Amino acid sequence: MGMRLINRQPGVALKTALTILPFLVAFIAYWIGSEIRLAENPSDKLLPSPARIAATAERLFTEPDRRSDRILLWHDTGASLMRLALGVGISAVLATLVGLLIGLLPHMRATLAGFVAVLSMIPPLAILPILFIVFGLGELSKVVLIIVGILPFLIRDLSQRVLDIPREMIVKAETLGASSLVIALRVALPQLLPRLIQSVRLSLGPAWLFLIAAEAIASEVGLGYRIFLVRRFLAMDVILTYVLWITLLAFLMDLALRTLSRKAFPWTEASL
Amino acid sequence: MSFVTAENVFQSYGNRPILERVNLAVDEGAFVSIVGASGCGKSTFLRLLLAQEQPTRGEIRIAGAPPAAEPGLDRGVVFQKYSVFPHMSVRDNIIAGESFRTVTGVFRGAQKAAARERAQATLARIGLDHVADHYPATLSGGMQQRLAIGQALAAKPRILLLDEPFGALDPGTRLSMHDFLTELRRETAMTVFMVTHDLEEGFKLGDRVLVFDKPRWDPTEPDAFGATITYDFDARDGGIPFQRSEEHTYVRRPA
Repeated sequence: MGMRLINRQPGVALKTALTILPFLVAFIAYWIGSEIRLAENPSDKLLPSPARIAATAERLFTEPDRRSDRILLWHDTGASLMRLALGVGISAVLATLVGLLIGLLPHMRATLAGFVAVLSMIPPLAILPILFIVFGLGELSKVVLIIVGILPFLIRDLSQRVLDIPREMIVKAETLGASSLVIALRVALPQLLPRLIQSVRLSLGPAWLFLIAAEAIASEVGLGYRIFLVRRFLAMDVILTYVLWITLLAFLMDLALRTLSRKAFPWTEASL
Repeated sequence: MSFVTAENVFQSYGNRPILERVNLAVDEGAFVSIVGASGCGKSTFLRLLLAQEQPTRGEIRIAGAPPAAEPGLDRGVVFQKYSVFPHMSVRDNIIAGESFRTVTGVFRGAQKAAARERAQATLARIGLDHVADHYPATLSGGMQQRLAIGQALAAKPRILLLDEPFGALDPGTRLSMHDFLTELRRETAMTVFMVTHDLEEGFKLGDRVLVFDKPRWDPTEPDAFGATITYDFDARDGGIPFQRSEEHTYVRRPA
C-alpha cells in the first residue's frame, strides 16, 4: 500500500512544473482553438492567433494614437489606476477609522454595526445609476462606486478584527493607565494594519470589477472604457491585450501588498 | 487597617450566582494564593479585584479608596496568555508600562532616552536584556510571562493580580518562574493575588491560601448557589500549610 495522497509532496522541480502546467495548458488550448478557426476562415476575429495578439500588444504599448498623439494604453492605465487608488485608498482609511470605532466603542457599535451590515447587502451596481445622477459622469461617480462596493466589507472585516483582539490585552493596557485613545492608537491600530493589507488584497478583485463596470457605462478614458469601446469592432486582439494587462497589474498589486505586509510587520511572522 | 478589603461581595451573571458573601481583608505586602475547582469563581473574584467587573453587591477597596469602576494604574495584571503586546519589541513592552498613561502613549526626546535606560535595567533584572529588540512571539512561554510581569511592575501598581500565570508552562520552566517571582517579591514587597489550579504552587508561593468552594449545594440544581472562601490557610513557613492563625471555615459539616 502506498503512502497517503495527503502526505505525498512534489519535489522542487515537479512543483515548478506543476505550477506552470495549467498556464501552459490554457495557452495551448487557446492556440489550437485559434488555429482551427483561422484555418477555416483566415479573417476570423474571434480567436486571433498569439502572434497577432503579440503584434497588437506591441502596437498598443508603443504607438501613439493618430488623432490625440497619445499612447492610449498608458493613458487608459493611468486614468484607471488613479480611480482605483483613490477608491481603494479612501475606503481603506475610512474602514480603519470606522472599524476602530465600532470595534472599541460599545456605543458606536450599537449605532453603526447593524447599519453597516444592512448597507453591505445593497448590490453596488444596482445603485450605479443613482451615483451617476448624483455625482455626475465624471471621475467622482467611478471612485464612489468603488467605495460603495468595497467599504462595507472592509468595515465589517476590520471591526471584527478589532473585536478579535483578546480582551486580556485591552485590560492589560488599561492597567498600564492607557486611555481609550492610547488603546486605539498603540494597541488596536498596529494590530489592525496587517489585517487591513490582507483585506485590501481581498477587495482588489471587487474594486477592479466596479471600476471596469463604471468605465464601461460612462467614461472617456480608462481600461474598462477601451475594452467596451473596441468590442463594437470585435477587436478581440485589443480586448485580450487589455485583459492580460489588467491581470498583470492586479497580480503585481497583490504581490506588492504581500511584500509590504511582510516587510512592514515583521512581528506577525516572528515566531519560533 | 487592611490594605485590600472585600466586603460582603456577591456576583451573579443573570440569575446564576457565582460568588456569595465573600469577605476578605489582606495586609499590604501579602501574597495571597486563590485555589479551587474549575468554575468555583476564583477567576471571577480576580476580575472583581481587577475592577474589570463590578460586583452585584458589596464592594472591594484598595487602601481605603472608593471602589474602582474600571481597571487602572493601581492594579497590575498578568494573564495566562495575551499579557504582552505582540507588535512591540521586548523593550517597548517594558516602556509601555510607563508611557501608556501619557496622552499619546509614547515618550519622545529626553523622556524616551530615560525610559529606555530604565527599561534596560528592568530587562537586565528579569533576565531579558539579551532579547530586548526581539518580538514577544520569538520568546519562550516562560520568557513571555517574565516580560508580562516586568511590564506590569514597570507601571508600579499597588497590587499585582496573576491569573494562572504559569498555567501554560512546562514543569521545569514553572519552577524557575517560582524562583523568579519569589526573588522579585523580596525586592518589591508587592501585594500579590494569584489564581492557580496548582495547590502545591499556591502553598509554595503564598502567605495565605484561599480556597473557593460552594458552601451550600443543591443536588437537583447545582447552579443554585454561589461560591465563597471556604478555607483561609496560613501558608507561611516554607510553604507548609502550617495553621498558625485561626482557620476560618464556612463549610456546613454533617451533624
